[in-house]
Amino acid sequence: MTARVAIVGAAESDLGVTGKSILTLQSQAVTRALADAGLTLADVDGIATTGISRFSATQLADYFAIQPTWTDSTFAGGSAYEMMVARAAQAIQAGQATTIVISFASNQRSAKSRRLGGVHEPHIPEAQFEEPYDMLFPVSYYAMAAQQYLHKFGGTREQLAEIAVAAREWALLNPKAFRYGKGPITAEDVVTSAMISSPLTVADCCLVTDGGGAVVLTSLERARDLPRKPVEILGYGERTTNTSFTAVDDLTAPGAIGSGRDAFARAGITPADVDVLQVYDSFTITAALSVEALGFCGRGEVLGFIADGRIRPGGALPLNTSGGGLSYCHPGQYGILLLVEAVRQLRGESGDRQVEGASTAVAHGTGGILSTHATVVLGVDR
Amino acid sequence: MSLPEVPPADDVTTGWWDATREHRLMVQECTQCGHLQHPPRAVCTACSSMDHLELRETAGTGEVDACTVIHRAPRPDVDVPYTVARVRLTEGPLILTRLVDGDQWAIGDQVNVGWTDLPDGRALPVFH
Repeated sequence: MTARVAIVGAAESDLGVTGKSILTLQSQAVTRALADAGLTLADVDGIATTGISRFSATQLADYFAIQPTWTDSTFAGGSAYEMMVARAAQAIQAGQATTIVISFASNQRSAKSRRLGGVHEPHIPEAQFEEPYDMLFPVSYYAMAAQQYLHKFGGTREQLAEIAVAAREWALLNPKAFRYGKGPITAEDVVTSAMISSPLTVADCCLVTDGGGAVVLTSLERARDLPRKPVEILGYGERTTNTSFTAVDDLTAPGAIGSGRDAFARAGITPADVDVLQVYDSFTITAALSVEALGFCGRGEVLGFIADGRIRPGGALPLNTSGGGLSYCHPGQYGILLLVEAVRQLRGESGDRQVEGASTAVAHGTGGILSTHATVVLGVDR
Repeated sequence: MSLPEVPPADDVTTGWWDATREHRLMVQECTQCGHLQHPPRAVCTACSSMDHLELRETAGTGEVDACTVIHRAPRPDVDVPYTVARVRLTEGPLILTRLVDGDQWAIGDQVNVGWTDLPDGRALPVFH
């Protein structure tokens, strides 16, 4: 029988505007997650990370003076950490590592390292055939997806804004959120904010902050001897669909349809069994498309589905309970923080924003321009 | 528009860019399986052939598949707002481009190719 694998530690680095280096934030995230698990760097034999340098996992191993038996530097944007959960679980099951840390940190706000046009790599086809048109990367792609969605299924920008309004409601319950204490927002606020790439305004777009996080994985058998309630990896799935703006025919049908289907099948559950949902909200449309594609509602139905307050605190489908990339923290590849929040909810440690009795959670990452999609199903015994 | 810096053509894309000097819009055609693709590649994504890819001239017509009006430019000296779009060429492939002549474009609008000449003699296809 295949060994079962669990997350036994989870933590954030400092968040917001830190003035700290990437490796300092990485060190905070990793050591705090290990401390949460009752472990130290000496216990780690597997490292999965990205966003540090060309040799990210190698770099971090060197920085921690570890010589791991397994590493992974899958570079897939914001979904990479959900993909790494799958790879790490497989590595533990195969006996290639016993204790794996998955981590990410960025100082993009302090370092002012983000560019509206994205990263220029002159040798790729997009440099010749797309970048000359001055699209914003990645927001213009999501903008086109939003335009196609509203055109195809109807609905309004105000309905889409509910994603940002609900995220703010959650952030007001999370003292670590960047927008904590900043008060609620309305759909009207969102649609009348400065237009960036129509139909998306600045309030449809995630924050740009520093931040990071880490999770620690080991076998469920070993997890039972560690201090925290083990959060078991029940299922996972992924899809990789495009780098260019023109590879995918239907922008309203993202790879999350397939990644979610695979993850739910592996876990042997359906969306109806999910108590708390964390999806990447790089933009309002990203989260809306993900909720629909994962099967929480029918095709073309998400704007009506969320209109009744369902995704807000107290609603039937608690979504992005940290406040999300829109109102909590967005250090770039936000997917690691989806996992951290899912773990905290399942352990019952989320304070004012705790979803009562949550025992099954889904974390779903999206990377690039709806390029990569990875879903993880997590659970605890209650 | 303030002209962008377009990287030089490479071994695969030289023919496509050379055609733009004569304001001809090409797509790649596989003579083995008939597949059309854009942008040009070293391989046919339908039949895997690397030996049957040729350039075929398009009619220069298409339909707006999606578009977005951009209000903050990613580089200096670009006038905003401007419209970036996916256009579905009449022959089938999608192309990323700009829509010129106004900012009131909608999905389904019929468009025709026009050209923005670059200092090196090449030209960027745009649509109106």
